[in-house]
Parts: sequence; C-alpha cells; structure tokens
Amino acid sequence: MRVMVVVKATKSSEEGILPGEKLLTEMGKFNEDLVKAGVLLAGDGLHPSRRGKRVRFADGKKSVIDGPFAETKELIAGFWIWQVKSMDEAVEWARRCPDPMPGEESELEIRPCFEPDDFGPALTPELRAKEEALAAEIVRQRGS
Amino acid sequence: MTRDAGRGAAPRAAIEAVWRIESARLLGGLVRLVRDVTLAEDLAQEALLVALERWPEAGIPDNPGAWLMATARNRAIDELRRRQMLERNHALLGEEAAASTSLSGPGPGGPDVEAALDEDVGDDLLRLLLIACHPVLSTEARAALTLRLLGGLETDAIARAFLVPEPTVAQRIVRAKRTLAEARVPFEVPRGADLSERIPSVLEVVYLIFNEGYAATRGDQWMRTELCDDALRLARILAELVPQEPEVHGLVALLELTSARARARLGPNGEPILLLDQDRSRWDQLLLRRGLVALARTESVARSLAVPLGPYALQASIAACHARAPTGGATDWQRIVALYDALVELTGSPVVELNRAVAVSMADGPQAGLELTDELTDEPALRRYHLLPAVRGDLLLRLERFEEAIVELEKAASLAQNGQERALLLARAEACRAKRRGG
Repeated sequence: MRVMVVVKATKSSEEGILPGEKLLTEMGKFNEDLVKAGVLLAGDGLHPSRRGKRVRFADGKKSVIDGPFAETKELIAGFWIWQVKSMDEAVEWARRCPDPMPGEESELEIRPCFEPDDFGPALTPELRAKEEALAAEIVRQRGS
Repeated sequence: MTRDAGRGAAPRAAIEAVWRIESARLLGGLVRLVRDVTLAEDLAQEALLVALERWPEAGIPDNPGAWLMATARNRAIDELRRRQMLERNHALLGEEAAASTSLSGPGPGGPDVEAALDEDVGDDLLRLLLIACHPVLSTEARAALTLRLLGGLETDAIARAFLVPEPTVAQRIVRAKRTLAEARVPFEVPRGADLSERIPSVLEVVYLIFNEGYAATRGDQWMRTELCDDALRLARILAELVPQEPEVHGLVALLELTSARARARLGPNGEPILLLDQDRSRWDQLLLRRGLVALARTESVARSLAVPLGPYALQASIAACHARAPTGGATDWQRIVALYDALVELTGSPVVELNRAVAVSMADGPQAGLELTDELTDEPALRRYHLLPAVRGDLLLRLERFEEAIVELEKAASLAQNGQERALLLARAEACRAKRRGG
C-alpha cells in the first residue's frame, strides 16, 4: 500500500527556520534507510505558508488567498510518499524518524492513499458510464 | 487516542511490522556469522519468539534490529558451542562474543557496534540474495527462497502467491537449502566481474516474481498486486546494493513503468484492457516518472562502462515509448520496432520475435506483422503458447479474414491458462462471428 506521511508545521518551520546540521545529517541517514529498504517513493520539504497560496471554492465562486495562513498546527511542513506492506509498517518507519522539529512539539501524520480497489463498488455512475463507453469504443475499433 | 509508540505495550501487528523491516538484515548478519542458511533461519525465528514473548509487555526497544541481532547471536554462540565448532570458529566468535556482551539484553548497542553493524548490512543483504538466487537452484526454488529470506514472507503466503499447495513450497525451500549445503556454496560476496556474473540470476528471479503477480499464469485472478509490490521492492533494494550494474536499473525501470499501468489494465468488471485501449490518465504518474529516472540511470551507467543496453533496459525503453506517448495513436512504433530488433539480436527468443511482429504490424500494417508470425508457427517453443494464435487472430481480424481469425482465437482460448484471458479471447472470437454474419 502507498501512504502519505505528512510532517506538521511548527512555529519555527512557519518562521522559515531551517533545520540544523545535526538534523539534516540524521534526516539524510533516515531517508537513505528508506531508499535502501525500497520504501521511499517521493518526498519534499515545503516552504513556510507565507510563500503559499490557497484557492477557495465557496458559493460557486473561486477566490485566491495569499499566505501566510493561521492555525499553524493544521499546516504542513513536508511530506513523504512511502510504499509499505501495512499501516503498522508505516508506523514502525515513522517511529524511526529523527525528531523533525527538535525543541518543539510536532507530529507525523500517516494517511493511506486510495488504491484502485477502494473505488470498486463506489465508482460513480458517471465514471462507470465512461468506462462502458470506453469498452464500446474498444469493441468498435476491434470490429472496424 | 494516543499510544506510547516508544515503550508502551506492543501489539502483535506492530511486532510483525518490525519483523518485516528487520528480518532480512537479521538473517543476512546471521548467515555471515554461522554460514548455514537453515541454522540462521532457526536462530532468527527463535529471536522472533523471544520478542513476541517480551515486547508485548516491555514494548519495542529503541533499536529493535540490534536487539534481535544480539538475541539471535547469543543463541548462535550457544548453538555453535554445542556443536563443538568452537575451535574452528574461535577467531570469529571471539570477536562476535566481545560485541555481544555490549549488545546483550534489550536496548540499543553502543554507537560503535551499531556503526559496525550498519557497515556490513549492504554486504549481508547482498550475500543473502546471492545465496537465495544461486544458479545451482531451480528458478522456482530461487523465487521461493528469495521471498522467504528477503521478502519476509511465510511459507503459506508464498504458496498463496504462486497458487501451489503449501507443502510444495515448504518442500521446495527445504530442498533448496539442502542443495545449497551439499553444493558447499561459498558465503563470500564475490567482487567485480565475479559479482556481475551472478547478477542475471538474481534479476531473473525478481522478474519472475513480478510476472507471476502481473500476469497470473494460472487461476482466475488476472493480477496479484502484492506480489508485484514485493518484486518491485526487491528490485529497488537491489538497485541500492549494486548501483554499478546497469541491468539492475534496467529492471527497476521496467518494473516501475509496467506497474504504472497496472491500475488501467482492468475494466470495472475485472476484465483485462489491452495497452492501446487503456485510459492513459489512469496511469500512475509517480511510478512513470520513477521508471523514466531509472531508465536514464541505466543508460548513464551503461555509457560510463561503454556497454550496450541489456535486455531489461531494452524492454524498459520499449515501455518508456508507451509511457511518453500521450495517446495510443501517438506511439513511436518505428522506434519500438528498432528496440525489438536489438532485443531479438540479444535474446534470440521467439517470444520476443512475436512481440516484434506486433510492433511491425503497428508500424507497417497487419499484413507485414502476419507474415512475420507465419515464420513462427513452426517454432517448437511457441507450440503451446496461447499468445501466438491470439496475435495471429487479431491480425487476421484486422485483415477481415474472419474465418481464419476465429480458428486462431479459439485455439488461443484453449491454450490460455488464465480464466479471464480465455473469456476475453472467446469474446473476440464471438465478435468475429457476428462480424462475419453481418458482413
């Protein structure tokens, strides 16, 4: 299964304070371990929310909001995409992560990505219709 | 709800997750120590049992890998003593015993010990993989042993994956270990050209495991995703162990690119959708990108060694042609034909020639493709291969030679071992009949 691991933002990450050399070294080693175990698919650190933007959808209208955003704890400072066998394995890897925000309280949040199977019965009628149209198209091409 | 992830009571699932991460490294270290795969496995299992006994209450130690190693190593020393092998292994054990005192009991070892353990991890894993994939073993035995030793899969899981009875797998593994012992397979990790020579047999096993999952040869389920994931993970691990081998990256690229298409391969009712008919927006962009990066890596390693692309790199290059085409119609078939030319030259495989015939039919029309398959009908290796009549059936259909197409498609259906594939072929034969009646 694929999971997204979200590093939650803190006051200093939002202030743009970069990790020290010790953390960078430890994090480099951790990432290396993830790669060597065939677990790490992708990942990046994120700039503070003041460099971000939001596009809001409300009442059929769209508006663009510039950062920074309040509610620090709801913000994210980075992410990984991991390929693991189970949520338990993801938790075990997360446990091995060096403290991403030394001196501050922080969290890693692990969220499983949807797999195609998850959509099985929930595939919407529109999507199903599209699939069927596709199937018809295939038959047509084959027949022609 | 919060749970103390450090020292609190550990549920069985958490311990199993630790085991999945640590077992290959543990086994690798133990094989280095005791030079006996069976004994190493027994010791690792005993360490797991101790963990299952203690961790539920004491919690998972901070460095579970070192804990398991220390526990297993202490037992190894007892066992080796018992076997009165002490004298022969004196020098080795003296060193190991000294290390084990600082590692005894739960808790992390000193930083030096951990660093020393870390240093050997790559070699330990590589040794384990080379032993599991040793050419003295049959391909099936190699696959089973690799999944067991490196994938951390239990015998029943391997049996389910390969759709064979559990005792068959158990026996395969026991025999494989006996063969290894009898052949006195060396435990030293070869270097340089000797190492390169061993890589193809490892790649072959990883590829076989992947294919077993991707195009299930038997049974009614078209794809077994977990097996593909296991193979891909092994391939990625291997790429880190022997980054200097171009074909390793070729295999990673091929598996990433093929996996990227996996979810577009099945229709809503589980029926297979062929490559050119797939909805490309459903291809996994992350895996596609990783595949193209791995392909670039194999090309650059091959260039630096001044060697031509190998069979996996060529197959990955073909997969990349599909990956890069925004629509099926935009596929660069001329380039694919050229890549198949190189692949035929390299492998001489009639299956590859059949694939080349399909590519030619796309580049130059069905008649050109059909003529190439005519030459393959006498090929003994393809006599029972359902894709030869399946391809001929399709080409004849495109040429509107319906009578002959029906014969070929029905022959293909009778040879196919996968239920869904058979159904697809019969449906195509039926469509031919309708076409013939109509037209």
